[in-house]
Amino acid sequence: MNGTSVIHVGRPAIRRRTLSRSLRGGLKGGEYTWAVAFVVPYVAVFLTFVAYPVVYGLWMGSEASLYRELFADPIYQTTVVNTILYLALGVNVKMFLALLLSGFFMRRRWWIKALLAIYIMPWALASVQAFISFHWMLIGEQGLVDGLLSALFGIEGPIWFNDRWLGLGSNIVAYIWKWMPFWTVIFIAGRMAIPQDIHDAAEVDGATGARRFVHVTFPLLANLYLVCTLLSTIWTLGDFATVYFVSGGGPTGSTDVLATLGFHYAFDASRPALGVAVMISALPLLIPIVILLIGKLQTSEVQL
Amino acid sequence: VTNVPAPGRLARRRRARRRVLTEASSVMLGVVLLIWSLTPVYNMLLVALDPEEGEIEFAGNLWTPEPSLEGFRAAVMQDARYLEYFWYQYGNSLYIGLATTLLTVLVGSMASFAVGRMHLAKASLLTNAALLTYVIPASFLIVPLYRVMHGYGLLDDLWAVIAAQVTFAIPFAILILRQYARLIPLDLDDAARLDGATVVQLYLRIYLPLMAPALAVIAGYSLLLSWNDYIYQFVLLSSQRNMTVSVMQAALFVDADARWNAMMAAAIIYAALPIVILYALGRYIATALARGCT
Repeated sequence: MNGTSVIHVGRPAIRRRTLSRSLRGGLKGGEYTWAVAFVVPYVAVFLTFVAYPVVYGLWMGSEASLYRELFADPIYQTTVVNTILYLALGVNVKMFLALLLSGFFMRRRWWIKALLAIYIMPWALASVQAFISFHWMLIGEQGLVDGLLSALFGIEGPIWFNDRWLGLGSNIVAYIWKWMPFWTVIFIAGRMAIPQDIHDAAEVDGATGARRFVHVTFPLLANLYLVCTLLSTIWTLGDFATVYFVSGGGPTGSTDVLATLGFHYAFDASRPALGVAVMISALPLLIPIVILLIGKLQTSEVQL
Repeated sequence: VTNVPAPGRLARRRRARRRVLTEASSVMLGVVLLIWSLTPVYNMLLVALDPEEGEIEFAGNLWTPEPSLEGFRAAVMQDARYLEYFWYQYGNSLYIGLATTLLTVLVGSMASFAVGRMHLAKASLLTNAALLTYVIPASFLIVPLYRVMHGYGLLDDLWAVIAAQVTFAIPFAILILRQYARLIPLDLDDAARLDGATVVQLYLRIYLPLMAPALAVIAGYSLLLSWNDYIYQFVLLSSQRNMTVSVMQAALFVDADARWNAMMAAAIIYAALPIVILYALGRYIATALARGCT
């Protein structure tokens, strides 16, 4: 092993770049072995639980007839519309509010610090339990929301999950409630990274309030905002628990999204290939986002 | 003479008025956020403290007329249908959570140590693999992973869930650790090497201690991830023996005759752990995230 470098010095013309040597980089024998040993567990996890299942899944959903069946299915069409609405409204409203609120939480007041501790509670609360609570709040006249509506305003509240749009809206609100704190914390961290002198300089130039946000803070956070929005879009596409527990996909499957529909096909209707096809049908949306995002994450300093 | 300072006084008064206005509107925003954040939590408490065993009846009161700890008693004493094995199931959830956390920290820190500190060529391949996993929507892999786990003979095994959680937690770990490790000068490693430190010593004595804040964040993240999970636990585990709290609560949820107060009490007990952890690690998480984003 140690002889290779001697051979190199002696015969520089025959520089065979074998695979193992190109992997080795500048490492000496013993260190190289250790480096490989440190990496092996992760590589094993990746190959057994990511690479193989992904290939397996693509193979499962590779039959064209599945997609013909899917695209002709009115439930699937409804689901696609729901998913797009869920992503477009849920992600964007959540990210924008989180960005604004992160500015609010940057204020140096003791009670705002205390409020932040309470504000992040939805994020810490376990999803199943939180969404079950949401479901019960909206269950109809016995729920907290309709009870409050009648107590405070004398209005008879709707039966939320008997209507597609109310159900979809409930899902989106629950989703925003659960995940807005997380992104707010990320944006707070991003804002803390902006040097104070930039704000001071902006203040000297007379930029305060909304103008400072538009011309100073937002341009500095724009890259972080974009990366977070893309990432959140992908994760939201895979969000299963919100819809499954809040509206339950009802009434009659009209508020399902791709993640829950795929699950129903695979495990309730015992048609796993069709379930996989539902997920794969999201790839035309997913792949451009992933390419854009990976490019951003590789080049920029933004890191999540 | 009295007219001269007037513009200044006017401006000062205008500024003071604006300050009061800002303060008032931020207090209002604070109240709105408080209500927004706590209403579902409050609802959990309301149901849990209801003395009735049967259905919830909310008559518009902001508080139950006779709050009772009966629901909590039934949950803690496992004295309600579905809750007979509550603490056993809690143990399963905890086992999955702790194993996921430990393995994520271990495997993630080892990989990022090799990539960041050992000049391993083609290390970017590894980071790309992590990025690729990071951007797969978790529930999209559920069907193939179920089949694959079946092939591995891991169905209805807590370790199947642990493996799935570790798989989805590690990318975050590698990315955060890679970023955080840039703060630790490589000269430190070289100096230790000159003193005759082996690779393992570098990892154990220098890398791990200096990375402690980032490791705490990753531990918190992976525990929350597994504590929040439902779909993988539901699909990969089937026997009563391996049931977790999340799966039990979801099963109870669809049963109209369940004891809601006991169930919500159990939900609160389950939900308390991540909240405690989050607040305990809060400062670490904030610093590490702030550094990770710069």
